[in-house]
This record gives sequence, structure tokens and C-alpha cells, in this order.
Amino acid sequence: MAAELVRGQNHPLTQTRLEIRVSAGRPVVAGATLADDRGTVHGTQRVAHPGAPALPGLEVPRQAASDHRLAVDLDAMPQDVHRITVLLALPVGTGGPTRFGAVAAPFVAVTGLDGTEVASYTITDLDTESAVVALELYRRQDAWKVRAIGQGYADGLAALLADQGLTDAHALAGTIHDAVAQGLARAVAPPPRATDEAQVRAAATAGQAAGALPSSAPAPAGRPGGDGPIDYSHPGRQAPPPPPTAQPAEPGRPAVPVAGDATGWSMEERLYNQVWGMFEDLARTAAAYRSAVDFADSRMEQELDHVLSDPRSRIGGQGDAAREAARAKHGALVDRAREALDRDVAQLVAESDVVEPALPAAYARWDNPCWHAYRSPMEIPMAVRLGDLRLPESEAAGLRIPMLVRLPLERGLWIDAGASAGDALTDADELRARAAHTAVIHAARLLAAYPAGEFSVHVVDPAGTAAGALAPLVEAGVLASPVARGAAGVSETLTRLTERVDLVQMAVRAGAADALPPDLDVAEQLLIVHDFPHGFDDRAVTRLRYLADEGPQVGVHLMLVADREDAAEYGPLLDPLWRALLRLTPVPDDHLADPWVGHAWTYEPPTVPDGSAILRQVLAEVADARRARGL
Amino acid sequence: MGIDLTKGQAISLEKQGGGTLTAVRMGLGWQAAPRRGLFGTRTREIDLDASAVLFADKQPVDVVFFRHLVSDDGSVRHTGDNLVGGAGQGGDDEAILVDLARVPVHIDQIVFTVNSFTGQTFQEVQNAFCRLVDETNGQELARYTLDGGGQYTAQIMAKVHRDGPGWKMTALGTAANGRTFQDLMPAILPGL
Repeated sequence: MAAELVRGQNHPLTQTRLEIRVSAGRPVVAGATLADDRGTVHGTQRVAHPGAPALPGLEVPRQAASDHRLAVDLDAMPQDVHRITVLLALPVGTGGPTRFGAVAAPFVAVTGLDGTEVASYTITDLDTESAVVALELYRRQDAWKVRAIGQGYADGLAALLADQGLTDAHALAGTIHDAVAQGLARAVAPPPRATDEAQVRAAATAGQAAGALPSSAPAPAGRPGGDGPIDYSHPGRQAPPPPPTAQPAEPGRPAVPVAGDATGWSMEERLYNQVWGMFEDLARTAAAYRSAVDFADSRMEQELDHVLSDPRSRIGGQGDAAREAARAKHGALVDRAREALDRDVAQLVAESDVVEPALPAAYARWDNPCWHAYRSPMEIPMAVRLGDLRLPESEAAGLRIPMLVRLPLERGLWIDAGASAGDALTDADELRARAAHTAVIHAARLLAAYPAGEFSVHVVDPAGTAAGALAPLVEAGVLASPVARGAAGVSETLTRLTERVDLVQMAVRAGAADALPPDLDVAEQLLIVHDFPHGFDDRAVTRLRYLADEGPQVGVHLMLVADREDAAEYGPLLDPLWRALLRLTPVPDDHLADPWVGHAWTYEPPTVPDGSAILRQVLAEVADARRARGL
Repeated sequence: MGIDLTKGQAISLEKQGGGTLTAVRMGLGWQAAPRRGLFGTRTREIDLDASAVLFADKQPVDVVFFRHLVSDDGSVRHTGDNLVGGAGQGGDDEAILVDLARVPVHIDQIVFTVNSFTGQTFQEVQNAFCRLVDETNGQELARYTLDGGGQYTAQIMAKVHRDGPGWKMTALGTAANGRTFQDLMPAILPGL
């Protein structure tokens, strides 16, 4: 801690690179003398002052100023220097005050290079003195200490220097005052404070000229390890509580996977991170495998080319042997790559086998038993599962990675009902029906993931073609408004949601979220539009684009069930809309890319087990919870 | 204990008492050499960058550096760019982790390089070292000190290469010039 010294008190110095800061309220001259172990200053060359500001290990300002910083490097001090005396004096001939009694008590502090105060001293009780010895730094048995002195001299600088044992003290005092006067004359205006930069430049030039500055390192400010206030731990990386520890692996065998074996503050977050870790691992493992196989292929091709172009290979069996060797090398490398892939996939399968059953409802497949115990949650989960992801490499092992997306949704969803989405075998009507059904499954999961009343679902079905698929939502009574039909229904629903976006945006911008009308539904809103763009006129399309752009920030999300071909007449006008939405398909389709390597992943939409009533059961629980909240 | 490597020296990365290493860390640490002057803040900052180039049969396949922190296969990871170097505590300022077990089978050499991105030569760098640490227990396997004072801006430090079923490390210590690893390719290739 910083010590506030009183006159005569001393304090140990642990650092050797120091700054002495002076602040006096009025311009003062600062200097220092270097004395040997008997307190003798050997001549004027051992005095640092504005006329000769740099000495080995010591640097003082060149001008009188109200704030000073003196740099001291104790390591660079000549061995015979045992005492450094820091002195202050009032400049003469400037029309300023001539006695310290007329100015504020000078304050002197010894600091580290990072500004940490080591010791400070306020020189009080000065009156007619015009020069004062502020501090001394002294060496005792190879350790340095600072002592507060505060000895004033009414006869000024000359008397002070004479007291230090300098014979030509008067001449030196004159030199100092001349240097100060010159400095003041050069100054455009009385400097409010000597800028650090000016000081540094002075130091640099003085150092180059004299070549006498210490060669020991100006280390970057603030060395760790001291007791300084700097905390070197990363502010954003405080360690979360440790995850459940896995059983130590038997030597030579992979660790037994454990659900939640990732970092996070809650089990939910750990599982989320673990799933994303598995996602990344599979992406990388597949990348390793693919790059090895690609390499093997290209190497074999090169070698075969080489055999072909080598005239010697035409003679006898040499060519065949070389070809055979190239193929064998290729086969060996591919086998080893396959082996590594199989090992990694097996490890991930084992992990998936323990993780899947442990997932909470929002992350779980619909066949997970946790859905049977579903209760409306109290908190919004971190993420929901939109389906499964797999790569061709993982297919044989049956490995699927849950596709988790964060809540609240950052992008709207587009359930692609177009023929391009799936295999050509499924006919168009079948695809449309499946798309509507998939949309309902997604909506049900979102409804179930949010606490009751915090997620409102609106449906626009202009032609009424999705009545069958929408039945589970309608019959359970979980929709916030009746299914809108016809052009009028489209227009009315869009108007309502657009108004909501406008109102919330205005309130947020004005910082007056409590000024919203009391009847406004503050829940997150999901608008399911079936068979877009049927029933939409240009105005409605514009509004929908507005919702897609502005909605997500204020909690209004879109789920379009659409075939892009149907909207072809709008041309490129709607391209931004499609791009803004996350495309999901009602049948497996390899259109999603991972963020690390960019593989094409096959997306598998969520499915409810055949003959299972789980969807209706969950929706009934959601409806009960909504009724309990008076909705 | 760690071995101080000299140029061209190779060590086998077998664990003492058998077993091969599974994960190693190549650490890089440095300090800007002091310039004359008293004020510590005026030390010019030096940005050294550690990179790792993955080779298969002498063809570069992937590279891990400050703009591509993880190799596609995930086996080599850069812990992030350090722009100013260390506070002189001897710790690693930049590190590259290599999961040897997961390195794709066709990768047979990984070359570690150091470049001065800010363009200072190694004359202005102090206490620069590269070391190989067994990531599983933190034990230092080998240390290689960059002999300073050279008028060059890059150094090809070492390579880790397959040796039978295990791996070996060879100290290269080749001086070169270049701002990023791309500039070093001509200098790397003869060392493979």
C-alpha cells in the first residue's frame, strides 16, 4: 500500500524503476543531487537540473512547471551513489511568488512505472523558504529506501546547494535559474503542465546525446508478480464451475463419456456446449478423413501419371509393378484414415448414447421419455432442437448430432415445401403436407420450450389448405388468435404484428419500455404463414419483409411454409427474404453447413414417433398452463 | 527434464518410461529488446506470430496461424494472436497445441515458424524461445532459444514429424525473412 510519509519517516522501495511526481500548484523547478556514502556531492556533474536534465539513472524536467515527473532507475545508478536528494525551488525573476508559504503545499509521490503509488509526502509548514529538499532516496545495504525531508532554505537554491557540500553553489544556482528563465521564455504560454510526451522526447534526445542512459530494460509498465493492482486474469474468462468429472480412463483406452462433460454454469449450458463440441468434433474428424483420402487420391493419380509417362515402364512388368505399388500405398493410407475415423466416430457414438437420454425437453428428440413428464417450464431455455444433423461418414454408425439453435430465435424459419427440397420420389402434394406438419412440430416445441404465456403463435392460412396439419395446435387451444383466412385475414394479422413491431421499436428507442399500451402482448410472437404467397398482395408482401427484417430484434419471428417457386413472379424482390430465413426441409436434405469446415450436413427434420400421442399431450399441458395464467 | 536443443538436433517424442505423447504444445515467448531511454512505455511493441504448417509428403496441406486458428481437422490449434509479447515472465506468449493422436494420417510433418509481423528484426527481440511441452502434464520436453542478434525477421523453429508409429521433433533454427508464413515457404521446403 502507498505510505503517506511524515517528515523524517522512511519507507522501503521494492522497485528500482520509479517515477517521482511533484505537484505544487504553481511552476516550480525540480532537480536532484547524487551523493556518495558520506553524503558528499562530487561536483556539479552530480546534479540533475533543468540545465543538465539527464544523469545516469536519473531524468528531471527541463522547465519549471506545476507538475513534474522525475524518472529514476536505481539499477542504473553508479555504484558510488548512495543518496539521491530531490529538491524543489521557486523560479526567480518570473514575477511569481518568491516564498513557498505563498503557494499550496507541494505534494511529492514516489510511484512505480505503472503509476502505482509507493509513498507520498506533502511538504507542509513552509513559509519564507524559496527552495526545499523534498525527499531523499538512499541505499542501505544494497536496498533502497525513501525518506521524507522537507528541509526548506529561505536563502534559496544557492543555500540549499551549498548545504549539499557543493563549493560553487552560487554559480550552479545561477546556471539553474538561467536555464529555467530560458525555458520559460521559450514557452508560448506558461505551460499548464509539462506533458509526458515532451518529457519523454527530452529524455530520448538527451539520452542519445549523452549516451549515458542506463541500458537496463525499460520494461513494459506494470510487471506482474508484484503486489500492484493489475489483475492479469482475463475478465471474460473466469472459470465456470467444473463440470462433472469423468471417470479416469484406463490406460490405453478412451475415456468413458459422461453427459454434461463440458464447461458451463448449469447442466443445461454444459449439455449445450457438449452437443456443440460433438458437432465440431464430428466436423473435424470428417475433415481429417476427407483430406487424407483426397491426398491419397491425388498422390496415386500423380504416381500413375508418372508411370505412364516414363518410357521404361513400357518394358516388361516394371510399369505394372509401379502401378500396383501406387495403388497399395493409396489403399494403405485410406485404410489408416478410415481406422482413425472409425475410432473417432465410435467415441462420439458412445458420447451420444449417454448425452441423448440426459437432454432436457427443449433439446430432446420427441421419442425421449422426458416428454412424458413434460411440465410447462419456469424459464426460457438457452436453445431448442430443430432437428438432427449427420454426415455421410457418420451415417453407418447411426450418429446424429442434435441441431440446437439459441433462443430467442435470431432468424425466422423457412420450411421449404418445394420439390427441390427433397428426393424426386416424393410428390409435390405429399411434400406440402409434410411441410405443414413439420411446421406444427417446430411450433409445438417452441411453445413447449417457453414458459406459458411468453410465446404467442399466430397462424395465417389464406386458403385453408393446412387445416388438417394445424389441427393439433387449433384443438389444443394454444394459438393466440384464430387461424386467419383469406386476404382480409392476412392483412389484419400483418397489420397487428407490424404495429406491435413499430410500438416496441419506438419504446425501445425512446427508452420508455413501460409506456407501452397495457393491452400489448409482451410475449415473443411467432407468425406461421402457410402457403406463402397465396393470399398476399404487394402490400402484404412488403409488410412481411418488414417483419422479417425488423421483427427478430423485438421478439416477432416468422415461420414461412412455402415453395420458392410459387413466389417466382416476385423475382429477385424476395431474395433478401429467403436469405434472411433459416431454411429447413420436411425431408432429409443436405443443405446446412457447419461453421468450422463448411461440410454439407444432412438435416433431418424432427419426427414424432408413429402412433404416439406425445405432441397432443404436450400441447394439452401447454394449454393448461396458459389457462392457468388466464390466457 | 527439458533438453536444450541446438540447431539440427532431433529428439524423439516418446514418453519417459514408454508410451507415446498424445498432445504437445509449442510455446513461443519473447520480449521486445529495450531501447535506450528511461521510459518503459516507449519500448516499441513487437508482434511475433507463431504459425504451424502441416505437410503431407512435402506438400503444404493446411496451416494454422493467427487468421486460421484451428486446422480443418481440429488437431492443431493456435491459442490466439499476441501482439506485444511477454512481460518477461518466461511464459508462452503464443502457443500452438497439437493433438498428435488426431493429426490426419497423411500429415507427416508439422513445421513451426516465427515471424515478426511488425517487421523488426530479431536484433530487437529479447529472450525469445520456443519450447515443446507435453500438454498432458505440463512437462517441458525441449527448449530452443532463438539466438538473437540476427538481421532477419523470421525463423523456422522446428518440425515435428512422424517416426514410425511415434513422432520426433527436430530443431531447425533456419533464419529467413518474411512477414507471414507464406513468405517462408521457399525457406521451409529444403528443411523437410
